[in-house]
Amino acid sequence: MDSKHVSGEKTLLHDKVQIAAKILVVGHFAVGKTTFIGTLSEIPPLRTEETMTQAAAHIDDLKGTTGKTTTTVAMDFGRLTLNERLVLYLFGTPGQQRFVQVWEDMTRGALGALVLVDPQRLKESFAVMDLVEKYGVPYAIAVNHFDGTLARSEEELREALDLLPETPVVTCDARDEKSSANALVALVRYLQSRTR
Amino acid sequence: MTTSEEHEPEFDALVRPYVITNGRGFSDSDRFDLVTLVTAAPDQQRKAHLGPEKRELVELCEGGYLSVAEIAGHMKLPIGIIKVLLTDLAEDGYILTRAPIPPAQLADIQVLQEVLDGLQARFG
Ligand SMILES: Nc1nc2c(ncn2[C@@H]2O[C@H](COP(=O)(O)OP(=O)(O)OP(=O)(O)O)[C@@H](O)[C@H]2O)c(=O)[nH]1
Ligand SMILES: [Mg+2]
Repeated sequence: MDSKHVSGEKTLLHDKVQIAAKILVVGHFAVGKTTFIGTLSEIPPLRTEETMTQAAAHIDDLKGTTGKTTTTVAMDFGRLTLNERLVLYLFGTPGQQRFVQVWEDMTRGALGALVLVDPQRLKESFAVMDLVEKYGVPYAIAVNHFDGTLARSEEELREALDLLPETPVVTCDARDEKSSANALVALVRYLQSRTR
Repeated sequence: MTTSEEHEPEFDALVRPYVITNGRGFSDSDRFDLVTLVTAAPDQQRKAHLGPEKRELVELCEGGYLSVAEIAGHMKLPIGIIKVLLTDLAEDGYILTRAPIPPAQLADIQVLQEVLDGLQARFG
């Protein structure tokens, strides 16, 4: 998938760049977030980690240790230079309710979010949708077309996910550049419509 | 958006180790967002005095800009550590930043139009 990227290469942005915008690519486990970002990014997708220490009081009680579990939350991201002064970053992270701080960092200043959804695992999308809504990030739904996925009507999907009538629903194959770009375009058009 | 004063109980259980070890709060790192753009300051005579991580960081952004997230990705260090390093480096004049645009401006029709035009020019 990565033949267009030279691994490990760092490419600096030109000093004319003025604006760094951010769009989130979110969704449950293995829904295609990393694939989507890799398909569109101009740099080899990068991964950063935030380490959080979680106090484990109950373990202390049982074992008498000063137990703390360290949890690592990974974020994938990619970059797209859109014109001389504007660069767009795509950030992907799974929707785990526990990692509040990561979500605060990720959502701060985000233009919007693309929520990747596997129609065969709709229930698994509930947690991540709760998060984007909680943080007030406007979003569009991209239904990731896995092979052999039975078609679910848009109506069914909207009802199951309890979407507002204006929320866009598009289909996309995260491995395909054109298809992934179209999903982003649908999101941006929706964001535009909200500013009118 | 919630502030640290009104955070939820479940957040209390999560403590960032670097905050503890550095004995300082996170507010002084607030100027660095994930997409804050960073460049090395032009005059780097004193770079030799820096520790290995800080030096690597400064060298990474010589001659152009990288986001905080990219710096963390290339250096393979958590964002929290990168923010602490950046805060020190900015204070001592080794790096310069381009602030993220304020949210009001982000909702700006102009930015969205540029994003749309850029995507369509690239993939359309
Ligand atoms: N058929 C098909 N397979 C896909 C698509 N997108 C991703 N995949 C495959 O699904 C698997 C999971 O994709 P990832 O991109 O790793 O998913 P992810 O959301 O990043 O997963 P986590 O980071 O583990 O939550 C990989 O084997 C992909 O090749 C798609 O649109 N269609
Ligand atoms: Mg992934």
